[in-house]
Amino acid sequence: MPIHIIDRRLNPGGKSLENRQRFLRRAKSLVQGAVKKTSQERDIRDVLEGGEVTIPLDGMHEPRFRREGGTRDMVLPGNKKFIEGDYLQRSGQGRAKDSGPGEGDSEDAFRFVLSRDEFVDLFLDDLELPDLAKRKIAQTESEGIQRAGYTTSGSPANISVSRTVRLALARRIALKRPRKDEIEELEAAIAACTDEDEREALLAQLEKLKAKTKRIPFIDPLDIRYRRFETVPRPVAQAVMFCLMDVSGSMSEHMKDLAKRFYMLLYVFLKRRYKHVEIVFIRHTDRAEEVDEQTFFYGPASGGTLVSSALQAMHEIVRERFNPSDWNIYAAQASDGDNSYSDGELTGMLLTDKILPVCQFFAYLEVGESGGSAFDLSDSSLWTLYERLRNSGAPLSMRKVSERSEIFPVFHDLFQRRETAQEKAAP
Amino acid sequence: MTERLFEGADWDFHTLQRITDACEAVALKDLGLDVYPNQIEVITAEQMLDAYSSVGMPLFYKHWSFGKQFAYHEASYRKGLMGLAYEIVINSSPCISYLMEENTATMQTLVIAHAAFGHNHFFKNNYLFKQWTDADGILDYLDFAKNYVMQCEERYGRAEVERTLDAAHALMSHGIDRYPGKKKLDLREEEKRAGRRRQHEEEVFNDLWRTVPKGASKTRSAISLERRRKLLGLPQENLLYFLEKSAPRLAPWQRELLRIVRHIAQYFYPQSQTKVMNEGTATYVHYRIMTKLHQQGRISDGNFLEFLGSHTNVVFQPEFDDPRFSGFNPYALGFAMMQDIERIVTNPSDEDREWFPDIAGRNDVMGVLRDVWANYRDESFIGQFLSPKLMRHLRMFHLHDDPEERAGIRVDAIHDERGFRRVRRELARQHDVGYIDANIEVVDVDLSGDRRLILHHHVIKGAQLNETDAKRVLQHLADLWTYDVSLIEVDANDKVLREYVVSPRPIPAAVA
Repeated sequence: MPIHIIDRRLNPGGKSLENRQRFLRRAKSLVQGAVKKTSQERDIRDVLEGGEVTIPLDGMHEPRFRREGGTRDMVLPGNKKFIEGDYLQRSGQGRAKDSGPGEGDSEDAFRFVLSRDEFVDLFLDDLELPDLAKRKIAQTESEGIQRAGYTTSGSPANISVSRTVRLALARRIALKRPRKDEIEELEAAIAACTDEDEREALLAQLEKLKAKTKRIPFIDPLDIRYRRFETVPRPVAQAVMFCLMDVSGSMSEHMKDLAKRFYMLLYVFLKRRYKHVEIVFIRHTDRAEEVDEQTFFYGPASGGTLVSSALQAMHEIVRERFNPSDWNIYAAQASDGDNSYSDGELTGMLLTDKILPVCQFFAYLEVGESGGSAFDLSDSSLWTLYERLRNSGAPLSMRKVSERSEIFPVFHDLFQRRETAQEKAAP
Repeated sequence: MTERLFEGADWDFHTLQRITDACEAVALKDLGLDVYPNQIEVITAEQMLDAYSSVGMPLFYKHWSFGKQFAYHEASYRKGLMGLAYEIVINSSPCISYLMEENTATMQTLVIAHAAFGHNHFFKNNYLFKQWTDADGILDYLDFAKNYVMQCEERYGRAEVERTLDAAHALMSHGIDRYPGKKKLDLREEEKRAGRRRQHEEEVFNDLWRTVPKGASKTRSAISLERRRKLLGLPQENLLYFLEKSAPRLAPWQRELLRIVRHIAQYFYPQSQTKVMNEGTATYVHYRIMTKLHQQGRISDGNFLEFLGSHTNVVFQPEFDDPRFSGFNPYALGFAMMQDIERIVTNPSDEDREWFPDIAGRNDVMGVLRDVWANYRDESFIGQFLSPKLMRHLRMFHLHDDPEERAGIRVDAIHDERGFRRVRRELARQHDVGYIDANIEVVDVDLSGDRRLILHHHVIKGAQLNETDAKRVLQHLADLWTYDVSLIEVDANDKVLREYVVSPRPIPAAVA
């Protein structure tokens, strides 16, 4: 009897992917809720990692007719001491057996693992970056070149050798150009030949071959091909994110933590949209400096507060390193709202004239102490200033946060898809 | 001395071929098995998980519930809560066995013997599989089903198809014919039979009968009820079949989907009735083959010990008070019974001669076993062949749990002379699907009236339906039926215990 042994290991995997996606789609709202809940508990740094989520089984439950209750009979193995007619005490909780998915109502939660992509997708599903296309410089999009087949004319530097040789070979075969070893063979035959007549004939043949070889060139100008390129508009695929933070003494650890979480979310979000995301950390007291991440969040600093210094620093960095036509610029500022009163005028001017025109998006996050509701107090000086700017038409987004759990809702709120607004703006 | 099949744990495809040939020689010659041609496929863990979530079949239509299964299995596998099976075997011709790539050479030998010969023989010879499944056609049918579902999705929208399939899945356990239908007579047969009947009437004609007074004739309504039920083939316990044939407002493609789900349920029906026997057979076969290969010197002592290790794990039966206990392990019970039959056939005690006069001391072990494998299912197998010795050995006892009984759970019978038969009968009953599944049937529908569909659940031993689930299933049923559905739970004395009435949900708009 013939036996087939087949190696299926190399078959394309992911046979269940489609079913899995269907499942996720069906359970979308549930999973999304779970994802958001999970991400609150997690370190934001790990948000990207995907992982296990738990959703309530309700709604994903597959009902069946099941019987329960009534008198039950069972045969069990391992009797040790019972004899017929004994009575066993019922244990209190009855029988609670855990069972597979879809069976048994004892299981009210369903756990499974989401991949990193699935997780982030669901996490950011209904969010959108504002002004994804550069506003001002939409026309001056940079151009790139890309390969586009072959052409018969071009500069010598662009000759495609392999393609040329291939065509030449085809032509030589088609026209029956004698091969080198063919001629050599013939010459050898002539050298070995003793009969005069035959030698004559061979010589004539050799002549003919040589003439043919001359007539059909090894490489003809016809064969030559050049690599063709064409220019294509290249969308700006990189973004820079400026994190501005006040690190003066009035910012507590808690406030910094809030700010950090917000920055992380923004980073994750930008990362989804752009191939390449740079981050610039600028911290300021009454002076601003660009620092690395570690120093930004944990380095000690003290001094007064001059917000304008940070904006000035950002402006300079943009001018030096991030040409607005090549970069999408996002900025998020976190502060407790303190600013020296005399600085207000300068800050406002810098923001409206220098920063906002080059930014895709500028968010201001005012962080407050945990428990202390920032909303009851009178507005801080920075908030008042920004509010005034916004009312006069500057594209600023601003929110107040004082609890860790508020970060995501605020973030969500800032980036919510605003289709209606865009549609209105479109025509 | 014969050459070893392999050394150590590594294997390649030549090894697999040699192993299969060696197993085949033992299986066919020594055990006299009769198998479908084998096809052995090596798969990865991920592919095994894929197979898990499509009920073990190599191809299946798409549905979210399989994705849910997959997510669930994957999560528990990754966390290490669950090991994967060593193999999956499909009742088809050729018989496909999936082997996991990470099995050692010994394990591959074990699973080839187990699946490709044990299960394979059982699939080919057991009467239930012969009667209910079409091994040659199943893969083609699944292929058809998959494409059909896909086409329906394209044509009628995924949501609509999903709605129908969801409903069909909910009723899947009640989409099974339990008895083979009567074969339809062809016209010639019919004519012959009519002729015979007429002849019989002529032969026994006696004018006197005309003078015997008749009983009260049936009322008109009773006649019309009877007629109606007969026309619809009621009572009908195959709910999916009934819907497919009689639901008034289903589209043809929906009927076809119900039919697909019903056919697949039917295909798996024998498997649920023969768990103990199927696994018992396969385990017994692999044990015999492995032992033989070891005797022949084709498997080294070390590898044989490895085999014994896994084998012992497979047939481990925890006792009822063990935390690992979760009912009878079909491998353990099945294997123990097969071995017990071997003992009875070759070396019976007086007790065995009294209990099993037919087979005790017949000395033809394989003959008896092959006959058993062909003609029984779990319920009848246990009811017939569970011996007192094995009951003593497993120390079986029967508990009777009546919620009304204050004193507690009664020990009804134990493994003693008085209890053997009762324990055995009870264990057999536990394996009878007729007792496990709820007995629900369509009893009436007035197609010319309000079209309400009436179902009865015949409650056995007071076990009623779980309320939330029942309502949801009935909701699905009502959606397919598109008129009200009522389910009445009645006990053995026709006393109504509970009544559910469910109305169909409006069909979501945008169905073009």
